Amino acid sequence: MNEFLTNMAGVVAAATPVVVAVIGETFSERSGVINLSANGLIVLAAMVGFAAAYTTGMVWVGLLAGFVTGAAAGLLISFSSISLKQSQVAVGFILSLLFRDLAYFLGTPFMVLPGPTVNRFAIPLLKDIPILGPLFFDQNVLVYFSYVLIAMSYYWIFHTRQGLILRGVGEQPISAYSRGIDVNRQRYLYTALGSGLIGLAGPMYSLSIKAGWNGTMTGLDGIGWIVLSITIFGGWNPLRGSFGAYLFVFLQWLGLALQSYWTSVPSQVLQVAPFPLMILTLLFVNIGDTEWVTRMMARLPRGVRGGFYKLFRFLRKPPPASLGVPFERE
Amino acid sequence: MHIQLKNIHKYFGSVHANNDVSLTIEPGQILGLLGENGAGKSTLMKILSGLICKDNGEILINGEEQNLNSPADALRLGIGMLHQDPHDFPSMTIREDLQIWNQRSDRTRTDATDWQALMNIQEDLGFNLDLDGSVGDLTVGERQQLELARLLWLGVELLILDEPTTGISALQQEVLFSALKKLAGQGKTIIFVSHKLEEVKELCSRAVVLRKGCLIGEREAPFDENDLVKLMFGRQITRTRTAHARTRDVCMSVQNLNIEDFRIAIENVNFDLYAGEVIGLAGMEGSGQRQFLQALAGMKQPSSGHIRFGDEDLFGRNCYEYQKRGIFYVPTARMEEGLVPGMTLEEHYILSDCEKKIFIDSRKSHKTTEERIQRFNIKGRSATYSEELSGGNQQRLLLSLLQDPAQLLLLENPTRGLDIESTNWIWSILRERCQAATSIIFSSADLDELTFYADRILVFFSGRISEPLDSAGLDEERLGRMIGGKDWPK
Amino acid sequence: MRKNRGFINFLFRISGILAALLFTALVLVIAKANPWEAFGNILMGAVSTPIKIADSFVAWVPLILATCGLVITFTTGLWNIGIEGQISLGAIMTTWALRLLQDSGLPPVVIILAGILAGMAGGIIWALLAGVLKFYGGVSEIFAGLGLNFIATALTLWLIFGPWKRAGVASMSGTEPFDMSIWLPTIPGYRLSVWSLALAVASVLIVYFLLQHTVIGLRLKAVGKNYKAAIQMGISPSKYMLLAFVLCGLFAGLTGAVQVLGVYHRLIPSISSGYGFLGLLVAMLVDYQIVWAVPVALLFAALNIGGIQLPIMMKIDSTLSGVMQSALVLFFMLMDGVRKKMLKKEEDLSDE
Repeated sequence: MNEFLTNMAGVVAAATPVVVAVIGETFSERSGVINLSANGLIVLAAMVGFAAAYTTGMVWVGLLAGFVTGAAAGLLISFSSISLKQSQVAVGFILSLLFRDLAYFLGTPFMVLPGPTVNRFAIPLLKDIPILGPLFFDQNVLVYFSYVLIAMSYYWIFHTRQGLILRGVGEQPISAYSRGIDVNRQRYLYTALGSGLIGLAGPMYSLSIKAGWNGTMTGLDGIGWIVLSITIFGGWNPLRGSFGAYLFVFLQWLGLALQSYWTSVPSQVLQVAPFPLMILTLLFVNIGDTEWVTRMMARLPRGVRGGFYKLFRFLRKPPPASLGVPFERE
Repeated sequence: MHIQLKNIHKYFGSVHANNDVSLTIEPGQILGLLGENGAGKSTLMKILSGLICKDNGEILINGEEQNLNSPADALRLGIGMLHQDPHDFPSMTIREDLQIWNQRSDRTRTDATDWQALMNIQEDLGFNLDLDGSVGDLTVGERQQLELARLLWLGVELLILDEPTTGISALQQEVLFSALKKLAGQGKTIIFVSHKLEEVKELCSRAVVLRKGCLIGEREAPFDENDLVKLMFGRQITRTRTAHARTRDVCMSVQNLNIEDFRIAIENVNFDLYAGEVIGLAGMEGSGQRQFLQALAGMKQPSSGHIRFGDEDLFGRNCYEYQKRGIFYVPTARMEEGLVPGMTLEEHYILSDCEKKIFIDSRKSHKTTEERIQRFNIKGRSATYSEELSGGNQQRLLLSLLQDPAQLLLLENPTRGLDIESTNWIWSILRERCQAATSIIFSSADLDELTFYADRILVFFSGRISEPLDSAGLDEERLGRMIGGKDWPK
Repeated sequence: MRKNRGFINFLFRISGILAALLFTALVLVIAKANPWEAFGNILMGAVSTPIKIADSFVAWVPLILATCGLVITFTTGLWNIGIEGQISLGAIMTTWALRLLQDSGLPPVVIILAGILAGMAGGIIWALLAGVLKFYGGVSEIFAGLGLNFIATALTLWLIFGPWKRAGVASMSGTEPFDMSIWLPTIPGYRLSVWSLALAVASVLIVYFLLQHTVIGLRLKAVGKNYKAAIQMGISPSKYMLLAFVLCGLFAGLTGAVQVLGVYHRLIPSISSGYGFLGLLVAMLVDYQIVWAVPVALLFAALNIGGIQLPIMMKIDSTLSGVMQSALVLFFMLMDGVRKKMLKKEEDLSDE
């Protein structure tokens, strides 16, 4: 039991950067901008964060460097897609390759060096709550930060006027504009913020969960794509997205844990298990929207169909209506 | 509010949308802004509300020159515009929708007194909106009421309404008009944009007419209708009447058809369509006409029923099966759903050529293209890109792409946004087809067009469909009431 | 005026390239390396000897083959990011066919042809999987493709370390090399095979002809430009998009087959060598025009070959080529955006 708890506390810690990155992506997509560079960005920010922390010896400098790297990338994406009207998918994809190569190229001097890491800090009182204490409150500061971030981003998006404006900009930019809101400014801001959070996920790996920088062996390649698909699964809602992130890391751990029972399954297969999982998740979420399913459903008796509609609506939240579309005032 | 527009110019590419427009509006006045589709009315009003920027000219508000660079500027001055398709947020609740604005940003929360003020405005104008309902569930008329109440709530002094009566019920129109009269009485300035003479006659104390971007004249109430028509069109326009071609042969027989989707449920439709017949679909936008047309074209799967065509039941087949049998759907959004931007006319004709070929025979395709361009009187060449054509020419291109002879054409608002001349021309082509025993089902928001061209009319009201009504001898008054949801059998 | 515009466009292209070079130089300065020396090394590494030039062509073949396929999917508006996996599957299937037939006593030509066909089939299967996921499962081809890439990599590793492991000990160096008799014959003294070169040239011609002179090509374009209108014209978008996937998978499989038969002569862990992603960059850079892809792919291939010199001569990582290639595409797109913006302004002014 105790061992299981320790493992689960490990899952919570390992999911933290994913949670933060998913919330970052949620912010920028809510405003209407897809940040497809997440995969390369996390790798680059992990390298930059580690390098900064190693050089200065201070962990927080590394974290800040990761955030700034991300925010700068966000500004570049906003500039190219909002101001220059280039395809967000194209630019995002190019950047994801560029950032990754850049990280490997510039990171060479920092390979396999021992660097500073974030310390564990148990919260007094809270840590003594049975089960929940060791699970959630015997962690490092970054994990606590993620709890605050989840709550605050949820509150911000769904319970403040600023959040209302954010959602409005992503849904009907023309309506928002004709009410006096500077649509592009909002998009710039949220893309920079969201991208900064994705960047922050980088040093969360290199200064804590997968401490150090090991070039191509760091094992961060692929996480960004998972983040993007969890954002879809999460229906652009920080709570649901975070749940998706925890669930995902839990399943990943389950795969590794089962490996010791199924020795016949080669380790390579279980290492890529996240990716079929990603495809399956998206399949569940989206299948109700395909042509053959809608055609088939239209012919079902009303009661049955109503049930299916409800199920699909629960699984699939519609994306922000203007996602990926540049705003032009007619 | 006193408004003065001086020598306003606006270009879109090579189109001179507003040409030297000067206009003065006194406070407390309801000004009618008349003109055909595409005359430049909306452009002028969007300039005044800051949504787009003028290229040249001056705008004076209460005697002071103002730079309206964005709607935020206009709102700050008290100018608000109600757009033809309301600029609101269908995915939100009304309460949320109302709180999205950026004026007076010192007010970060909306408290009880503010909500009370809004309720007072509603009551004053005879609106009855539930603040906790969803915007997406409202009818177009209610969404307009919401926008109107919201603008007044923000303290707007000049109200601009762009074609506010399109798609709303007769009852809603009455409520709207009385509200506007009341507001004018309270000293608000109102600009009412329309292409319908009767409405301007009923509501406005003064009317100005735009034609092809120029301000062509202005009149004080009472108006002489013929005089205004002449101003709007430059001449008297009559529709060209052609012989009806309805035969006794059944083309398609629809039995117990049920269509359902997230938005609307259409139940138990029964009718026979005769070869050469024209059936018009009347009703407010979004009453189910689109779903109905798409179901008859195989693009939407009905939930049950029969669509008998010849000896077959086409229920459950996909649209390509329908197309093979000569049943074609022509969407209203020409550029979005009908034509391919970035492709030339010639490429369009090659694509729609039904002969199965592998290689492109450019000599032959060149010939067909020239031929069709001439026959359909399209102002363009074979190497012209489809998006470079004007709306009327795009519609001609779309019709010229249809296979000939076709059995059934399903046209969604075929003449929307076209001037009278293009409309006449398009109908003469369609009529020609009917003579060759092609049947037509079309939807339209224009009652005149419906009664004039259709043999029979089906009226739609939120998914309900009336019995087919013979258009000969059908009075428009009754049609209007049915569209608004009155006079329906229980 | 018009002549001027052509010149201005040219200037923007050049400035895009210059900006990319400047950016790369900056990256080099950050890495405390001399940019001139690095550029010089890359150049010399690609063209200094006939062998190196031939090597650039060896890299050009898979790159242009992948680009051929991608131009088709891009034409229909699809982002076939799964091409890496499709190349791997092609290589796996080719290896499988060769392993099966190498001791059968059949003439080498037959075995090689069987290998190529099997490779194409492998690419098609993996591409169809992405297509089916998109049309029958609603999964965006970007995510489906990425997932399938990782799965293909795992499959390759598993085969190398499991069922197909080298006699003795399994290693990252791949499976047992095939007998020389079933290699694609190369020019003596070089690694370049005339046969693979011919395959590449033929592929370019086929794709060019398909897209420019056939009704199918025109339909693929129509689907990409406006699929709703395509439906009205009796073209089924999902059918044609699936066709695009199949065609792209075919070329990707061919790429994998050529890598196995002509370059590595065995299955290695990273058999696709990133040519799929590089092909995406090339296709974007040339705006999906296959004719322009030919020289651009050669340039990119030369950068790859030249980059190999960097670790040897200057002790810096060879990923610099990757940085240069993506920077080139990025700045090209940015400059294109600036150009369009300026043109629009100019038009607005000239109208008045």
